Amino acid sequence: MWFDLDDAQREFARTLNRMLSAADTPAVARAWAAGEHGPGRALWTRLSDAGVFALAVPEAYEGVGPLPVELAVALIEAGRHAVPGPLVETVAASALLTALAEEADASAGDPGDNAQALGGTTPSTGDTPRNPDSTTPSTGHNPRNPDSTTPSTGENPQNPDSTAPSTGHNPQNPGSTTGNADDATKDAHDTARGPDDITESSARAAAGFWLPRIASGRASVTLAAPAGGPYALDADAADAVFVVEAEGPTLRLAAGHSPVQPSFDPARRLARPVPAGTVLARGRAVAAATARATDWAAFATAAQTLGVGLTLLDRTVAYAKQRAQFGRPIGSFQAVKHRLADVHVALEFARPLLYGAAVALARGARDAGAAVAAAKVAAGEAAYDAARAALQLHGALGYTDEYPLSLWFRKARALRMAWGSPAHCRARVLAG
Amino acid sequence: MDLDPSPDEAAFRAEARSWLAAHVPTAPLPSLETAEGFAAHRAWERILAANGWSVVSWPRRYGGRGASTTEWLLFEQEYYAAGAPGRVSQNGTQLLAPTLFAHGTAEQRARVLPPMADGEVIWAQAWSEPEAGSDLAALRATARRTSGGWLLYGQKTWSSRAAFADRAFGLFRGGPAGERPHQGLTYVMFPLDAPGVTVRPIRRLDGKPAFAELFLDGVFVPDRDVIGEPGQGWRVAMSTAGSERGLTLRSPGRFTAAAARLAALWRERADPADTALRDRVADAVIAARAYHLRACATATRETEAAASRAAETRAGEARAAETRSGTRASARATVRRAATAATARAADRQRADNPAEASVNKVFWSELDLALHETALDLLGPYGELSDAAADAPGGGRWAEGYVFSLAGPVYAGTNEIQRDIIAERLLGLDRGRR
Ligand SMILES: Cc1cc2nc3c(=O)[nH]c(=O)nc-3n(C[C@H](O)[C@H](O)[C@H](O)COP(=O)(O)OP(=O)(O)OC[C@H]3O[C@@H](n4cnc5c(N)ncnc54)[C@H](O)[C@@H]3O)c2cc1C
Repeated sequence: MWFDLDDAQREFARTLNRMLSAADTPAVARAWAAGEHGPGRALWTRLSDAGVFALAVPEAYEGVGPLPVELAVALIEAGRHAVPGPLVETVAASALLTALAEEADASAGDPGDNAQALGGTTPSTGDTPRNPDSTTPSTGHNPRNPDSTTPSTGENPQNPDSTAPSTGHNPQNPGSTTGNADDATKDAHDTARGPDDITESSARAAAGFWLPRIASGRASVTLAAPAGGPYALDADAADAVFVVEAEGPTLRLAAGHSPVQPSFDPARRLARPVPAGTVLARGRAVAAATARATDWAAFATAAQTLGVGLTLLDRTVAYAKQRAQFGRPIGSFQAVKHRLADVHVALEFARPLLYGAAVALARGARDAGAAVAAAKVAAGEAAYDAARAALQLHGALGYTDEYPLSLWFRKARALRMAWGSPAHCRARVLAG
Repeated sequence: MDLDPSPDEAAFRAEARSWLAAHVPTAPLPSLETAEGFAAHRAWERILAANGWSVVSWPRRYGGRGASTTEWLLFEQEYYAAGAPGRVSQNGTQLLAPTLFAHGTAEQRARVLPPMADGEVIWAQAWSEPEAGSDLAALRATARRTSGGWLLYGQKTWSSRAAFADRAFGLFRGGPAGERPHQGLTYVMFPLDAPGVTVRPIRRLDGKPAFAELFLDGVFVPDRDVIGEPGQGWRVAMSTAGSERGLTLRSPGRFTAAAARLAALWRERADPADTALRDRVADAVIAARAYHLRACATATRETEAAASRAAETRAGEARAAETRSGTRASARATVRRAATAATARAADRQRADNPAEASVNKVFWSELDLALHETALDLLGPYGELSDAAADAPGGGRWAEGYVFSLAGPVYAGTNEIQRDIIAERLLGLDRGRR
């Protein structure tokens, strides 16, 4: 047994910490909150250069993963520095596409059974990371022409960025959750397709197209799934918005999203995917892959949350040492000391649960979901306690938007509920 | 012991209820922490005042109805149950007004209170400073003597709604000093648009300019705007600080209404199998009821105290009359009776008047408010994350806005750490810790 980080993992954490400390992440988060994604994207590039996004992607798709322990290390650091963006959703989408592709591989030649994926022909991972522009676009389905057999993502090969099918709202009906008439028609058409039209190839194609891009940082994606609620985080910044719909269940590449609904954490930009776009897969395989992706999402959220909690504690301890009232540092008052000590205890017991969940995920253990849920509850409650203590012990200063503490405070509240509420996770722990 | 309103109280409540039913705005007003919302709330104060509902417990000559504490409780209950807006004039009506009633001059009351009652002049509290938060006596802003008044210098901070308010009241170092930092403070009122005042809004967690910093550079305050004696500001301020923490700032009506909304939300949306959440909803409902009942007890004590004061006055008058008419023996009996009644109620009254009682309320309501809103957000699941600016925000964003507001409760009006110290020391008699 070796239940601790090894030297390489520690060094990985230190490297990320150094890099993020230098990156002025509070400014990046504020820009992100204002809808300016440039600095955030630049930061994501640096994270992917450090290998972060490859961690959730298997080697077959140009990643190095899945490596849940390293992923936890990376996401803790991301949380500690309040890195904005759909980190969790990118990880979860990676798990989803991987699972679907594996399922498709397993049941190849058995169409209509498990991996009911739609459209497309021969999958191809086409491009190489070194030269993304040199290739033919390769994922199955043309959103404008669902029956087409020509592989196309609707992407302009000259401009890989144009794959983003997700900007702007539905012009006809911006607030709509049902989409406009065209979308609805297309949607109906998709739904009407019989199993005969369905092959597993589009799932593999989607994996082949997106996973290498995610691993190399060329694409950031987001995901909405029933377990995560109706919103896709940062859909306005992501290159692809994946949506799992309960009916089918169906995996869809959304054709766009509704206007951003401001979150309590402004750096979390919430939008509903429009219920239209390319259907990538449907059926039991989607259900299984989504369950796996949801576990990964909860796990990644727990890691990010722990990082958020750690920073809230660190910053508050530092403040309590330096802020004086009644002629003494407030950190010398027992009420203050005990509250911070309690937060420390809670966070230090969330940490082993998180790594325990990582081990379970790495082994593909049957009870991995319960382990993840336990970690999510512990990290979520500890970080929210940390946030409440931070707010309280900073006095009025903590209550201001201008003081950077707010970046972490607001995240702690939001992450606690994201990808599995405490009640849901607790039930999962007991379900085993 | 009973909880039934007297016929007079019931009539008062019925009148309030029907007026509110006819006048409460159907759509919630925009957040009062914004310029637009502040203006809307000010307009609402005028409507309340025009009908005598803005300051029901004040004497009639200043725009009130002379309502008893019980009537006030009933009014607040009706007010929040009707979904009426939060009170933008609260700093003035709940903090400055009690100070003026206790320490102001008749001239100050006549001049300041009526425009406060109708929202024409809205007040900000300028107590805190960057270095003087919990340790308010460490404040450094000064009032320097000048002919006919004082000149204010220095910085104040966290002044709620000062960006939109008209005038402020605050404590300044000035006047005859003593040995302790609490001595030599002067309590003044000043206009926020006076020469020498700079107001810099500060945004709270959700970005709204809920409070402000004030920079004061030679702001003139005439002598008539000093409350109490110069140099006695601390005593003046502390005698009324209880109002900020206690009942009058946060009436039970507010929480009983919120708890009712929470219970309705639970019935509408919750998964009955989620017993943990159910228990939190129930606990909030119970706590709101507890707060309400404790307030009923407080109101009873206050009514008793008022009655006993009135009885003493009557006894005194009778005594004087009897003395004049020469029936000395009966005068002695009256004096004895009055003295017994007074002793019997003294203990009660002392308890009711102990400012530390307000600390008990403060800790309770601030934590109840937070629990109510946290539970509501948890109940709303993924929608609980939405800010009140989101079109999708449930309940018109009221829970989200209420949550942000409730987060500050354990901090302002004296932090809960400080309140717990006060309770332990002044009510439980524990040793005063090193501070
Ligand atoms: C929303 C909001 C509105 C406000 N509005 C106003 C206003 O209108 N006018 C105004 O003047 N002020 C206002 N305030 C300021 C408020 O009164 C102060 O925030 C409060 O007094 C605490 O001071 P501080 O923020 O400097 O915190 P500090 O005093 O620095 O306290 C920091 C932490 O240390 C703890 N602490 C300090 N001393 C002790 C001790 N002896 N023992 C144990 N713990 C201790 C505190 O409890 C707190 O948790 C407002 C504050 C908020 C949040």
